[in-house]
Amino acid sequence: MSEVVVQKNNKTNLSTSPKTRGSIGSKIGYGILYLVLGIIAIFQIYPLIWLFFFSLKTNQEVFGLSPFALPKDPQWGNYVKVWTQGNISQYFFNSVWITIVAVVLTVFLASFVTFAITRMHWKLSKLVLGLFMVGIMIPLHSTLIPLFSFFNQLQLIDNPISIILSYTAFNLPLTIMILLGFYQALPRELEEAAVMDGCSIHRIFFQITLPMTTPVMATVVIINMIYNWNEFVFVNTFISSDKWKTLTVGVNNFVGQYLTDWGAIGATLMISIIPILIAFIILSNKIVEGLAAGSVKG
Amino acid sequence: MKNVMSNKWVITLYVLPALLLILILIYIPIVLTGYYGLMDWDGIGAKTFIGLDNYIELMKDKMFWTSTYHSVLLAVFSAISLVAYLVISLILASKIKGAGLLRKIYLIPMLLSSVAIAQLWLKIFDPTNGMLNKLLEMFGVENTPIWLADPNLVLYSIFIPIVWQYAGFYIIIYYAALKGVPDEIIEAAKIDGATPLQIAYKIKLPLIAPVIKVTIVLAIVGSLKYFDLIYVMTGGGPNGASEVMASYMYKEAFKTYNFGYGSAIGFALLIICLVMTWVIQKLTASKEDAQY
Repeated sequence: MSEVVVQKNNKTNLSTSPKTRGSIGSKIGYGILYLVLGIIAIFQIYPLIWLFFFSLKTNQEVFGLSPFALPKDPQWGNYVKVWTQGNISQYFFNSVWITIVAVVLTVFLASFVTFAITRMHWKLSKLVLGLFMVGIMIPLHSTLIPLFSFFNQLQLIDNPISIILSYTAFNLPLTIMILLGFYQALPRELEEAAVMDGCSIHRIFFQITLPMTTPVMATVVIINMIYNWNEFVFVNTFISSDKWKTLTVGVNNFVGQYLTDWGAIGATLMISIIPILIAFIILSNKIVEGLAAGSVKG
Repeated sequence: MKNVMSNKWVITLYVLPALLLILILIYIPIVLTGYYGLMDWDGIGAKTFIGLDNYIELMKDKMFWTSTYHSVLLAVFSAISLVAYLVISLILASKIKGAGLLRKIYLIPMLLSSVAIAQLWLKIFDPTNGMLNKLLEMFGVENTPIWLADPNLVLYSIFIPIVWQYAGFYIIIYYAALKGVPDEIIEAAKIDGATPLQIAYKIKLPLIAPVIKVTIVLAIVGSLKYFDLIYVMTGGGPNGASEVMASYMYKEAFKTYNFGYGSAIGFALLIICLVMTWVIQKLTASKEDAQY
């Protein structure tokens, strides 16, 4: 009986020893604990709230008043201004379609490879898996000059194909790593039965295995989405015309032009992060799981 | 069974597209980087073979060593801050109320692009109108620092948004790992009279050691190749005070069109990252062996 009490108490009580349970000391400990956790939460979230506030302010308000002041007369016009002037809408749609194409390509190619490695029998599978896994450690900057020169020779500089292929190549290793853990844990009875029944390998993959991997697919789609949406170096290096720039590079150039108009800068930054924030509100559990899976499985 | 599952054509069809992509876009380029490092090349004209000149110059280049030192410094900071993330995760994973919400809040910055984070923090660090200095003024601080323009402060200033960006990421990794520790072991330890601190130190940490190892590699190698945020916030300035390896390489290649020399820096970066990965794995492996 007393053991149960101790257990229950310890579950909720990390900062104090069992001896002081229920005492004032543990309550203070608890309070300090939450205070620290709360301060960290404010540190993590307040810069974004501040950004949202100043995106709705005039320069006079930003310069003259406290950084904690609410916008007096919300300047929604800042958003209209940056969306209609300049190319922010163009960059936005480029980001959307380039992200979608690269995510679909990466997830399909990675699923094919993972299926071949975990389900099929061939001599070089260990070696090929090793190549994909080492790929995670290779710094992108060590490939940048040869890639630039390679795409230049193929006339693919300032062409979205160059960034889509680069995104795919550089996200394949991590995507395969996450899929691998799931595929290995997946029961094989259904597939084996299908083989007995003389089902073709493609049907097994598309109609049996792939549908079973929906949960992990959601995870890798989200991770790839975040990475591609936020990618900067490839676009900055390979793309020069506004027609193909994505939001990260576009925003960076655009903000440079509005050096002193804080409201416009704030609105531009908000536009670039709102889709990710909405995705997070809807899918936060999946995102948390996914990001954790991305490194733990290694 | 064996026949269908070892059909060479199907294997080739499934593996080759992805394999070609990483061979052509990752593996061949890293070899070429080393090779281009032997050339005098402006990126457009002809390449002239100059042997090891670029690499010899690199060894004598003060700016290269300064940028390497800054990268290593960031790596050390990042590795040390893992301890704080681990402590926070231990607290969150001990079944306290609101842990789910807190770790979600902590994670939000990780989802934003480094460019958005850099632009936001440029505003926060703004010497006259930024949130940070306004806050300091409210507390009565005079002569507020000019964070990013002060060569002695700039690297430390940049480290704050880096922590802001990655803290949540490491916290959820540790949190997920700690949740994977079987309850029975913890309960058994409690029955034997172990204190929460003992449970954390002697049971939980050793059990999640493989995950800690992965995060050490991620933090150190990730810091060594750090680029976006620094490039946008300071461009390596003022006067090279925040230059890191990747930003120096980018500057040499795509600003001054020194592709040969840039390649040599890129190759050095690759070697340093791979060696560090290997060293960390050796170090952490021997530690684990010693425990058993």
